[in-house]
Amino acid sequence: MHEYAKFTEDMLKTHTILIPDMLPVHFKLLISIFETAGYKMELLTNDSRRVVDEGLKNVHNDACYPALLVIGQFMDALNSGKYDPDKTALLITQTGGGCRASNYIHLLRKAVDRNYPQVPVVSLNFSGLEKDSAFKITVPMFIKMLYAVLYGDLLMLCYNKCRAYEVNKGESKKMLNKWQRRIGNIFRKGGSTYTRTKRIYTDILDDFASIQLSDEKKIRVGIVGEIYVKYSPLANNHLEDFLISEGCEPVVPSLIEFVMYCAAGAFNDAKIYDNKTKKSIFNKIGYELIHAKHNELINVVKKHGVFEAPHDFEHLRKLADKYINQGVVMGEGWLIPAEMAALAKSGVENIICAQPFGCLPNHIVAKGMSRAIKEDNPNANIVAIDYDPGATRVNQENRIKLMLANARM
Amino acid sequence: MSEKYSLGIDVGSTTVKTVITDSNNEIIYSKYQRHLSKVKETVTDQLKLIQADFPDAEFTACITGSAGLGLANSADIPFVQEVHAAFLAVKKKQSDADAVIELGGEDAKIIFLTGGVEQRMNGSCAGGTGAFIDQMATLLGITADELDELSLQAQKTYPIASRCGVFAKSDIQPLLNQGARREDIAASIFQAVVDQTVSGLAQGRTIEGKVLFLGGPLFFLKGLRKAFVTSLGLDDEHAVFPNEAPVFVAYGCAVYAAAAENAYTISALIDKVVNASTSDNIVTGEPLFRSQSEYDEFIDRHKKFDLGYCDIHTYKGDAYLGIDAGSTTTKLVLINDKGDILYHHYSSNQGQPLDKIAAQVKKIYEEMNPDITIKGSAVTGYGEDLIKSGLSIDHGIVETVAHFKAASYFCPNVDFIIDIGGQDIKCFKIKNKSIDSIMLNEACSSGCGSFIQTFAMALGYNISDFSQLGLFAEHPVDLGSRCTVFMNSSVKQAQKDGATVEDISAGLSSSIIKNAIYKVIRANSPDDLGQNIVVQGGTFLNDAVLRSFEKELGRNVIRPAISGLMGAFGCALYAKERSDGNVSSLISADELSRFAYTSRSAQCGGCTAHCQLNIINFGQGRRFISGNRCEKGGGAAVKNKIPNLYEYKYDSILNTVKTHQPKRYIGTVGFPLTLGFYEQLPFWHRLFTTLGFRTVVSGESSREVYYDGQHTIPSDTVCYPAKLAHGHIENLLDKGVDFIFYPCMSYNLDEGGSDNHFNCPVVAYYPELLLANNPRLNSKNFIHPYMDLNIRKNVIKVLENSLKGYNIKGRLPRAVDEAYEALDRYHADVANKARDIIAQARAEKRNIIVLAGRPYHIDKEINHGIHKLITSLGMAVVTEDSVAQLARTPKLNVLNQWTYHSRLYRAAKYVTTQPDMQLIQLVSFGCGIDAVTGDEVRSILEEGGKLYTQLKIDEINNLGAARIRLRSLVAAMEQK
Repeated sequence: MHEYAKFTEDMLKTHTILIPDMLPVHFKLLISIFETAGYKMELLTNDSRRVVDEGLKNVHNDACYPALLVIGQFMDALNSGKYDPDKTALLITQTGGGCRASNYIHLLRKAVDRNYPQVPVVSLNFSGLEKDSAFKITVPMFIKMLYAVLYGDLLMLCYNKCRAYEVNKGESKKMLNKWQRRIGNIFRKGGSTYTRTKRIYTDILDDFASIQLSDEKKIRVGIVGEIYVKYSPLANNHLEDFLISEGCEPVVPSLIEFVMYCAAGAFNDAKIYDNKTKKSIFNKIGYELIHAKHNELINVVKKHGVFEAPHDFEHLRKLADKYINQGVVMGEGWLIPAEMAALAKSGVENIICAQPFGCLPNHIVAKGMSRAIKEDNPNANIVAIDYDPGATRVNQENRIKLMLANARM
Repeated sequence: MSEKYSLGIDVGSTTVKTVITDSNNEIIYSKYQRHLSKVKETVTDQLKLIQADFPDAEFTACITGSAGLGLANSADIPFVQEVHAAFLAVKKKQSDADAVIELGGEDAKIIFLTGGVEQRMNGSCAGGTGAFIDQMATLLGITADELDELSLQAQKTYPIASRCGVFAKSDIQPLLNQGARREDIAASIFQAVVDQTVSGLAQGRTIEGKVLFLGGPLFFLKGLRKAFVTSLGLDDEHAVFPNEAPVFVAYGCAVYAAAAENAYTISALIDKVVNASTSDNIVTGEPLFRSQSEYDEFIDRHKKFDLGYCDIHTYKGDAYLGIDAGSTTTKLVLINDKGDILYHHYSSNQGQPLDKIAAQVKKIYEEMNPDITIKGSAVTGYGEDLIKSGLSIDHGIVETVAHFKAASYFCPNVDFIIDIGGQDIKCFKIKNKSIDSIMLNEACSSGCGSFIQTFAMALGYNISDFSQLGLFAEHPVDLGSRCTVFMNSSVKQAQKDGATVEDISAGLSSSIIKNAIYKVIRANSPDDLGQNIVVQGGTFLNDAVLRSFEKELGRNVIRPAISGLMGAFGCALYAKERSDGNVSSLISADELSRFAYTSRSAQCGGCTAHCQLNIINFGQGRRFISGNRCEKGGGAAVKNKIPNLYEYKYDSILNTVKTHQPKRYIGTVGFPLTLGFYEQLPFWHRLFTTLGFRTVVSGESSREVYYDGQHTIPSDTVCYPAKLAHGHIENLLDKGVDFIFYPCMSYNLDEGGSDNHFNCPVVAYYPELLLANNPRLNSKNFIHPYMDLNIRKNVIKVLENSLKGYNIKGRLPRAVDEAYEALDRYHADVANKARDIIAQARAEKRNIIVLAGRPYHIDKEINHGIHKLITSLGMAVVTEDSVAQLARTPKLNVLNQWTYHSRLYRAAKYVTTQPDMQLIQLVSFGCGIDAVTGDEVRSILEEGGKLYTQLKIDEINNLGAARIRLRSLVAAMEQK
């Protein structure tokens, strides 16, 4: 077997790590944490057609769209000449589940190795994969990242609400930028300021609440789906922007739900299969910690009263049980039906499930569960939209427009 | 005050429709016109027509339709989604309808009006409908109307894949080549459209009551109407075909417009449309040629590769005939003993290859000098078998061999050949003067020559004019490199965005090339292909395609002037090589003058597969049978049986439930014969029978089983093995079992040597989907617990919970242990049988093929009898699981985390240690995981000096492509 370039200790100083454009709101915050830990990082934003072309060139075309885009984005960046391949590393997330997504890192390595054998690829995972890399997430970093996700979720929530109704165009975006900078600085500064959550949450909420909103009634559209396509504008053809332009309010569930879903998966499996391990116990503790932190956020939002609070994750788990077993843990698993049901029950009855074309778990958890969810929530108006290098925007938008016509009926 | 008018403009993918209504919502004007992709112009023309009739009137206006979205935005005219417009129209005109089915140029839609209003349209993969019918008509060389006429004379229909146009096409093509009646094919095409609409859109909801049929195709095509009405079981009262069907959506659009605030005069609307800025978000590439001189240089360079010609009327001596009966075209070449061309012919076969070729042979006999003796003849291509028996040709050879022969003639050190024909792309590498690896396009990406042709016709051009247009296009559109269906939408979008026909033509040429390089060959750089590349096939006669190829590769290639005739030329060379000096057995001029044949269809009774046979009788006892998958149906006596582990395993699984049934039982449990059960049935059968249950399995898979469950399939892009599960559930429910047992398993058994031992998501959780989508299932009659077979105590605990009512707690531990033993015995038996087969094959000096897939690939409806095809070529067949334990997992560059897939790596490793073995990987279409395993298995095999062959299988019941690959593999093995 061929040995790929490894990320070594001394690269910490010399190398810039490139990050794919997956969660534009959150990743900016996460980068500041890595920077504090001594890493140099840069979030990629290249999104021309070349990204897709590079993906098609370098990845098996039957691999799913997220793999194709992430790898295409990296290859396009490396080809651009902007980065010295001798001083660049790439970062990709890895969940370690039964979905083929766990193999993206290998597909990326194959692609990079053919053209830039010296460029190491590091894995961001919490499943103990890739132990021999100098890229390590320490416990303090992990905790900080958790806070960053919560802050990111709150920003995303406020931002999506405000920009749909803002009277002065662009005001919400400015507010988002301001807070991304400010939270980044909090992490960079070091110390424990970042743990003063209540204070920071309230400041964010107050700030966004000061934006003048119109009181027109808009169709609220929930977005669920495969984690990358759901959040990344590159993958979903700027779905949120499109919905705004159609006079809708996009409602996007929090990233922390996915994190908790992953943590719950491990200890749930232990219970289902009578297979308690150190790892599952650790996950249970982790889950409870995150859950408590998330509930704290929920309470602050509730108390503040202006914005709609996210769902308690235990509520989602209970909802999931109505449709599917929590043993379904590949891809986004039971989380998708749970989020769809939660959205429908809280009045967001129009739901887009954004997924890569041919996504294996989504056959079961998205298209497979729609019928049961609709039966339970007769007004639920769910449309699954497939994303793919060949799927055209006009096709996707036309289907979303049909969904919206249904919504307006 | 003047009358208040509303104007609805429906801009579909192929047509523009306008409707004007008065204040009572009555239609006072309507018009229907093809737009040939000139959307803006056509809309303007139609508005001008209206202007003539209503010069001063004011209109509230609205646009609808798939191609209208962009226009509405840029012209600032209101837009209504077309399904919604149809809904509004129905509410006004046919308020008592229960459901609406509308087929458009490229969309299919259903609206359910009663029992919960629901509007649906096809997903991005469900393919075109109107455009699909047009494509099929082109394939048959007739118009859609003629297709309709033919369909009304049908006697039977053939099963044609209904999921997507491309699939259907690959089903139809071989039927044509095998001489099936065109009338029957026409009807089958319409039936496929019906199946596609009903299964793809209704998804579990029954279409009943009064059904309204809308859209152009359903209005104009009687045969299509008939197919819908019959399939849905409707009578005249319940099947409504309104007279205004073609403009119905435009009418709904006008109804929507009536509520608009602003009214305009027609001239104001024309201004809006004319001044609508076309957006510039289309991606464009470089022009193919920057100047005429660049083009001239290109033409001169390729002129060099031509053959000598010799006059057929004056030449005296020996001649050799080569025939390439391709999927859409017919090619003949007659050469003299020096290889000079005496006669050549290239034409569309118009679905009648035999007639076309017979006519050409006749012509050769008429034209040729009486002193010419044809001393050899050979045929290749899809129609090989038919032509060989029909015209008594000496040799039938596989296409790859024919092409290699021809290419070496032009370039003796050729190392890469790519052939793009009407229907397929074939590429192969040449190493050490023999065919090394073969790549064929999979069923999904067959956007090849016939695809450009269909497009050209749809846009109102003939193929050569159309491709010429692209040569000097300034901004070729980037259309992506996926399957035809996606390409259609890409073109639609480009048109919407204002791309010219020239740009689209150039874009299509480059798409075909990208498809070939990145999807079929999957090359990373030109060096991956080779140094000396020969391109051929009719599609490369198109200069735009050839130029795109050179540009994409960044190097020049050789295109022989007879590019389209290479297969036939290769055959002629082969015939010459093999000639023993005697006269060819080719049908004589005399016999040819009396040449006639009759064709009929029949069902083979040779085995339970009941293949649909097509029997062509040529008289004098000569006949040709097609449609059979094994040698039995061909009428040949079955000789020495070649050992085949697929059959053994299949019988063994089927027979599992026949033994060890309790005499008195506490209940009856049903197991669907699907996915994981093809491996674990011995476990579950033993476990339940030991507990005192009677066990029943669903029937064997078949196309009917698939149809039985089709209405409960929610995701039309899931793999075929999973889709079949739905029918098996129906089968068990009909059998009246007490409950169906189908466990969910994230984890499969850990066989060691891998990073993890998951099932794929579909195998792991399919029971969840079945329960959620089949209304006949509930938590009582469908037990689907989660368990991990690696953890005995978990299995016991879970079963104790799941089977609470049966009081079996005490018996569980023993039953579980016996079940594990039964599964071990089954595995051991398969391994033993494999050893026997290998020993027998070696004694008989046969090659051995490891046909590597998943346990469920032994299902004959899934493998379509590919294993029999292999044994018919004289090779023995074993399975991946039977040899996987004989090797250690090699070092891999991927995460090896699925049990079934990890066997592939070990089996591949084992094959590299056995000189007389080769591995063929069976891949179910839509299996995302094999996108990972395929490349890895290939590299294991190639590092070990073996050939890699992958066969993609789906519901398509056509082994044409598989046959080419297998025969090429045999040819390559012989040369090695």
